[in-house]
Amino acid sequence: MILAQLSNFEGPSIDWLPLTPQIILVVAALVILLVTSLSPAKVSDSFSTAVTVGSGVAAGVVAWFVWNDIRDEGPSSTVAGAVGVDGFSIFFTILTLSALVATSLVGHSYIKREQMAAPEFSALLLLTAVGAIVMASANDLIVLFIGLEALSIGLYVMAAMQFRRREAQEAAMKYFVLGAFSSAFFLYGIALVYGATGSTNLVNIAAYFNTIGSRINNLELFYVGMALMLVGLAFKVAAAPFHFWAPDVYQGSPSPVSGYMASAAKAAGFAAMLRIFFVAFSRTSADWTPIVAVLSAITLIVGAVMAITQNDVKRMLAFSSVGHAGYVLVAVQAATSDGTSAALFYLFTYTFMVIGSFAVVSLLGWNDGHDVSRYEGLARRRPLIAVAFTVFLLGQAGVPFTSGFVGKFLVIRSAVDDEIYWLAVLAMVVSVITAFMYLRIISNMWDREVDVADAPRLSVPLTTGFVVVVCAMITVVYGVIPQSLIEFARDAVPVLVAGG
Amino acid sequence: MLSLVWLIPALPLAGFVFLLVAGRSIGEPNAGWIATAVSGSSFVATLVVFAGLLERDGENRIFEQVLFDWLPVGSLEVEAGFLVDPLSITMALFITGVGSLIHLYSIGYMHGDENYSKFFVYLNLFLFSMLMLVLGNNLVITFLGWEGVGACSYFLVSFWHTRESAATAGKKAFVTNRVGDWGFMLATFLLWTSIGTITYVDIGPAAGSLTNTTATAIALLFLVAAAGKSAQLPLYVWLPDAMEGPTPVSAMVHAATMVTSGVYLLVRMNPILTDNAQTVIAVVGVATALFAALAAVAQHDIKKVLAYSTVSQLGFMFLAIGSGAYVAAIFHVITHAFFKALLFLGSGSVIHGMQDEQDMRKMGALRKAMPLTAATFIVGWLAIAGVPPFAGFWSKDEILLAAWEVDGIGKGLWAVGLFTALLTAYYMSRQVFLVFFGEARWNDNRPQGQPEVVPHESSWTMVLPLGVLAVAAMVGGAINLPIFEEWLVLEHFLEPVFEYGRLHHFESTTATKVSLAVVAVIAGLVGMAIAAAAWLQKRIPTDRLEPKFLENAMYVDATYAKIVGGPGQKSFDAIAAGDQKLVDGAVNGAGRLVQKIGLLIQPGQSGMLRQYAIGIALGGLAIVVWLLSAAL
Amino acid sequence: MSELVRSYLTVAIFAAAAVGLVGLLLGISRILRPQRPSVSKQMAYESGVDPEGGDWAQSQIRYYVFAVLFVIFDVEAVFIFPWAVRLEVYGLFGLIEMFIFIAILALGLGYAWRKGVLRWV
Repeated sequence: MILAQLSNFEGPSIDWLPLTPQIILVVAALVILLVTSLSPAKVSDSFSTAVTVGSGVAAGVVAWFVWNDIRDEGPSSTVAGAVGVDGFSIFFTILTLSALVATSLVGHSYIKREQMAAPEFSALLLLTAVGAIVMASANDLIVLFIGLEALSIGLYVMAAMQFRRREAQEAAMKYFVLGAFSSAFFLYGIALVYGATGSTNLVNIAAYFNTIGSRINNLELFYVGMALMLVGLAFKVAAAPFHFWAPDVYQGSPSPVSGYMASAAKAAGFAAMLRIFFVAFSRTSADWTPIVAVLSAITLIVGAVMAITQNDVKRMLAFSSVGHAGYVLVAVQAATSDGTSAALFYLFTYTFMVIGSFAVVSLLGWNDGHDVSRYEGLARRRPLIAVAFTVFLLGQAGVPFTSGFVGKFLVIRSAVDDEIYWLAVLAMVVSVITAFMYLRIISNMWDREVDVADAPRLSVPLTTGFVVVVCAMITVVYGVIPQSLIEFARDAVPVLVAGG
Repeated sequence: MLSLVWLIPALPLAGFVFLLVAGRSIGEPNAGWIATAVSGSSFVATLVVFAGLLERDGENRIFEQVLFDWLPVGSLEVEAGFLVDPLSITMALFITGVGSLIHLYSIGYMHGDENYSKFFVYLNLFLFSMLMLVLGNNLVITFLGWEGVGACSYFLVSFWHTRESAATAGKKAFVTNRVGDWGFMLATFLLWTSIGTITYVDIGPAAGSLTNTTATAIALLFLVAAAGKSAQLPLYVWLPDAMEGPTPVSAMVHAATMVTSGVYLLVRMNPILTDNAQTVIAVVGVATALFAALAAVAQHDIKKVLAYSTVSQLGFMFLAIGSGAYVAAIFHVITHAFFKALLFLGSGSVIHGMQDEQDMRKMGALRKAMPLTAATFIVGWLAIAGVPPFAGFWSKDEILLAAWEVDGIGKGLWAVGLFTALLTAYYMSRQVFLVFFGEARWNDNRPQGQPEVVPHESSWTMVLPLGVLAVAAMVGGAINLPIFEEWLVLEHFLEPVFEYGRLHHFESTTATKVSLAVVAVIAGLVGMAIAAAAWLQKRIPTDRLEPKFLENAMYVDATYAKIVGGPGQKSFDAIAAGDQKLVDGAVNGAGRLVQKIGLLIQPGQSGMLRQYAIGIALGGLAIVVWLLSAAL
Repeated sequence: MSELVRSYLTVAIFAAAAVGLVGLLLGISRILRPQRPSVSKQMAYESGVDPEGGDWAQSQIRYYVFAVLFVIFDVEAVFIFPWAVRLEVYGLFGLIEMFIFIAILALGLGYAWRKGVLRWV
């Protein structure tokens, strides 16, 4: 142990328990790649899925223990203040893990049908999940950027995984170029904010504002940096006018991946946005809330108006996902604890609705499109799937007694509390308009008299069916008894935790 | 007994779920019988709860059943619960009662339809939603029902969606109703921010703290909501089109129950109805009543006459609310439910007997072929025309009296209302004479090769509800007879509900009351006499009595369509022509407008990577410029 | 305007001067020079060799994999050099960390190898 004797280096003290979920996922990804590539015989696809689901559940259990610790001992930070350990990070860890497990299960059958590479899919899914979790728990802009890149790069590849389809290649290419473009914006924003405040650590940035107040020296520098970071994050969450990639990419990507992008990736973008803007930039909230309010208004309108013209269900869901980002932005711009917990609630419930929706889409749509007419008579061919899809669509429309209603309700309430009435009114108008398109699909499923007798039997793989049913149940349960989730979201409002 | 209230909506819900799962395999006619049984049981449950409520004293007749806390967020507590009070139980009673009769009627009417069981699935779902609407203990639960009845109406109107017009009508109903829903949401939020509660029992005591302006604003937003659902000007356009639905639907959804939910809402919100708001409501109501009555004069379709007549009668109810006569409004809701459901079901029986003919010009002398239908229809006619002692007379008389007593514009409201009553008597008489009297025109202009039309009486399941409703339309006025103070049963029953509202109290002398009633009766008789002279004895040339201007309802609907579909219509059609599905998706009204905007901005979504990048860059630039210009 | 932003004014002035100078010189030569284009004058200049084919040339995708692998190990080296210089200070902790890092990259190499991307076909 000569080396140990020589050592006078003090590394940052690391609390390993909060990092364990991420480590479990990384190890699982490596194990999948290692075993499937080195094993002499072909390893069954079920192995990859089993490892993914197993590690996701294990990470969730660990996250639950961490959550109990936080409740007992309060939030903390670790790795020299670079990683925050608070309710917020746990909330998004659980959200991401849910998306991971659900996507893995839906993907399992999809991969088999489309003859895609299962180990790579699973490994990328795990690594992107790690990226998303890192983003949500980052307490430092550099760490946040690493998470963002880990998430993005994995998604670029996943979008292209059906490489025989030209649409998938197109989608991946667009996503990659524009993603890199917006990452550059974000990175430059970090640099400028660092230049203005002298730190990349969120705690230090916030402290800087607290000491100087608004008489900050390099205000322009900071403003430009903040604007660029906002652009980067608005791209990730697909807020208009940075949303153009979303419909093309969602449509071209494999359906389970689209669902994953709309849930976990979007949520991670919002997690970063809330961490940075709500926590670190809270002292300048008067500057950025009007911008976010305008962004949310544009996003709501674009999402609704574009979605209603679509006949392709997948594309319609993509635009509707843009619209949902608008709702979350309504909550973000409130810049209050209530608004933040409303955003968290909305994202959590939307995750299940959108993954479920895309799972149904993956069942019905093949490579030849996703026209609304495909859904005609679904109620008679597959009643259970039709009921579940109806639940998802009603939820997204915000019908009472679905989780979507509670989410919209909380979001609009936060705008009303904040006295931004015009935005609250707009959000209501938009929810009124968008209900039309959801109802159109529903009526197609239930109302059309099509001869389904000689339609090919729609096969519903066990894993996908399971996910669809569970997601539908969650949508209804959180619509009827949302208290537990509302409380969780309230406890998960991000806080500043100094390095320790 | 009161705690059984949850059963009232739960029974139709159970029926809905059961029929949804098993309806197709049960088939005709058992699916219909099950739905009817469920609806009837719900009526019995309502009666039991009603009895429980009556056991209490007048002031204590409020019972809340909270199932669970639904949204316990901050200052706002939203419970999932029911409120049983005189108002909600009155509504529930006639909804389940009339609803059960219409269920029964539908068993025969829908005979042979290929989607027989699905019809009853929707009907039960509708009943459930409607009961949630009236029994909910706060605005959010009511909104759930509100949305539910809207969706059911959409499904039921387009039930025969293979008919193009039916599909379009369904969409129109949906889109127009969304305008109203928006008013509902806005009003709810405004109310909540102002007084911090949206639970009905708390709104009354808290309403006093509202400023007059706020209360008026909220009330007017609720009026928007009510105007959408209850087909008032200017949002009435969907109701005449909604007649594309099966006739039992027209009777239940578009005459007796759903369209009165706007009236229910405003009456429920009585504590916040300020004087100004009441004036607006009264004017909207009376204008709608007159407008729709004029349109009804020149319709040829047997159901269209009834549709415009419904719009007109709903206008009377709004007039009552605007005059502060909430009891009269609810009284008219009930009597109207009886006689209008009767008239619709009667017209359905006629249509059925005439082998799906709806044009009144091809009917005539049907009283001989369909004696029972004719007799009951005539009862309905006398009731709506305001002939004493039929039910319609009492409720309409009370509304006109209340309008008369309103300060300022009251006499004007009364005069317009009276003229509308005359028109009502006229167009209904015209309908009765055209359909049941005169000479038979069944086979006039019949295209070669079509089988001859031989009218026949309908089956007993269809005639029985007609009989029950006819009796109700005859004696229904008995629940609120203004002859002795003690006979005003409904008024005494409902009065506690209006503790915090501006309830109108009648102060006219008996002489005034009687003379006003006599004037109203005379007006009705004049209307009937004109109709008899024109349509029965042909002493007045009839061709000038049906101006095109009125037949097309003064072109309001067409103007809407023009405004919404005018500029850019051609380009839209060109794009749409390439894509039949798009036409399908394109809706009359707002939906279509939004779609068109979408098509206009769609070039932005070009698929070109560099354009997307430019979009991002420009957006970023805009944010930077904004922030810097604010800072420098 | 803050001090820091004002100090960038120099950069802006220099940038403007550079753009202006280039524009000025090219503009002058454009005005002064005679314009008699011919085929060989219009040809793109490629170090004195006649250009072949179009300007939209495709290159072998096979190079791409090697380029990526090269970048990865280059980055690995960038991390290892400073680490090696300060190894005594980091001690056992640093040693283990670096082995994990190298192991993960080695795993990637093994994966690429098993997938056959290292074979030149």
